[in-house]
Amino acid sequence: MTSIPAGRIIRFALLSFGALMILAPYIFMISTAGKTQSDIFTSSLALIPQHFYFAENFAKAFAKVPMATLLWNGVIVCGLIFFFQVVVAIPCAYAMANLKFRAARLMMVLVMLGLLVPIHATALPLYVAFDRMSLLNSYTSLVAPFTISVFAIFMFLQFFRAMPDDLLHAARLDGMSELGIVARVIVPNAWPAVTAFAIFSVVAHWNDLYWPLIVVSKQAYATPPLGLMYFRAAEAGDDYGALMAATLIITLPLVAAFLLAQKRFVEGITMTGLKG
Amino acid sequence: MSSVALAGNVASAAARRARSEDRTAWLLAAPAIVLLLLFVLLPVAAVIFLGFTDFELGYGKFRFVGFENYAHLLNDRTFRRSLWNTSVYTAVVAPVSIVLGLGVALLIEGEGRARGFFRTVYFLPVASLIVAMATVWQYIFHPTIGPLNALLSLVGVPGPNWLGASNTVLYSLSIIGIWQSVGFNMVLFLAGLTAIPRELYAAAHVDGAKSALDRFFLVTWPMLGPTTLFVVTISITNAVKVFETVKMLTDGGPNKASEVLLFTIYQEGFVYLRVGYASAMTVVFLAILVVLMLLQYRVLDRRVHYT
Repeated sequence: MTSIPAGRIIRFALLSFGALMILAPYIFMISTAGKTQSDIFTSSLALIPQHFYFAENFAKAFAKVPMATLLWNGVIVCGLIFFFQVVVAIPCAYAMANLKFRAARLMMVLVMLGLLVPIHATALPLYVAFDRMSLLNSYTSLVAPFTISVFAIFMFLQFFRAMPDDLLHAARLDGMSELGIVARVIVPNAWPAVTAFAIFSVVAHWNDLYWPLIVVSKQAYATPPLGLMYFRAAEAGDDYGALMAATLIITLPLVAAFLLAQKRFVEGITMTGLKG
Repeated sequence: MSSVALAGNVASAAARRARSEDRTAWLLAAPAIVLLLLFVLLPVAAVIFLGFTDFELGYGKFRFVGFENYAHLLNDRTFRRSLWNTSVYTAVVAPVSIVLGLGVALLIEGEGRARGFFRTVYFLPVASLIVAMATVWQYIFHPTIGPLNALLSLVGVPGPNWLGASNTVLYSLSIIGIWQSVGFNMVLFLAGLTAIPRELYAAAHVDGAKSALDRFFLVTWPMLGPTTLFVVTISITNAVKVFETVKMLTDGGPNKASEVLLFTIYQEGFVYLRVGYASAMTVVFLAILVVLMLLQYRVLDRRVHYT
């Protein structure tokens, strides 16, 4: 007993206490998803449900929320956004970092300005424009404003600057076109930056409620956060069992991805740093 | 003669190559430039423009009203309330989540085997759908059936109506905000900590910094300067942008006690469709972001550098 220093015990105790605070909502979510309505009303502190009601609550959630549609929409929207962001940003960053580009300076200023402007600032005119073009309630309106990510340009730019020039010279001597260099030399070498950015981009857009709330009013195009909001508004009452079951299903995909690829996640967030 | 001609040829060939490289660069950057204009620069210009009009969605015509919207904002009690609430929320969430994030990072840094486990746990909220977790918090904060008040009543304390009372709602939302961002700040601080060379601690030890606290103030804190500045700016901007939890849990209520900036803009612009007026609010929001960035650059210029 005396061999363990007091400092280490205190540190471990502090960390465990904090971890419990962080985990508490997850514990209650799982526990409540398995409780009957009366259970929820009488014994909120009992973590193990008296009657296991998981199947019923999950059935209710699946019956009332078009879970498959929501998840599918989430995947489509995040996938398209990520695809366009990378396809647009990589050539631009390459031109700025590795070519004699006279407008590189000006582009840099634009990128820095763009970093400052979140979707909340551009939402009003974009909404008016999409409304005029009858594009509300469509994948186009959900995806289009995010096809340009100045943050992606900024990040790839820094990555490309650190890349050895010899690689590019060799490719040019081999007679590759600039587009060929981007596709066959730059992209494969930029893989760490691409995965880091993927995590950043997917986390940000999977979670976003603001923009989908503005341009979507139909269940068919709802993303996971929006769908959960509809469900909660429709249920209104205190059917927390079903609500927690729905919450659990919707939280699960990203959390599972995180647990599987933890190291990449943490690296990605550290490398990108920014959020939104 | 011939050497001069040759030099001229070489020079013009180089110039030609530079020109063609410049043209390729323009082509490669063109999609980004077009989209940047379309989705960032034009909309920002439009917001500033609309802020000087009385544009409302659904009406065809609009007219210029000069600074009328801004004059109106000064006396708009909802907007003032909203600015105040956003400031209070930021003043609570940013410092607490920064200090806790740093604390957890320092504790984890010294931890041995359980290090990976704790890092995963603290980071979990960052990877969780905040809208979904907000509904869990709503249950936890529920005045009658929520576990938090059940816990409080066990020790004989009457629990407040967390999200339902105007004097507690902002702090309840702050708790959720802190819960959500501690792990994010921790990860950034951890990255900053691992970049500090070990020898510095050894040197500090030789120089007489015997206690952990001495070493912290002599080495860790100054070396962490750039990371801290970055975390501070991000925490403040993220707190100013609070929206999801408010929309999900309180709708700005009760009695506008949780009206925050983005929620007010959302209501004005997309629910009441008063686009002109909401644009003026957006300009104020953008101005706040610009000021925050300028402050960051100033501090960056002044203090935070090391060799």
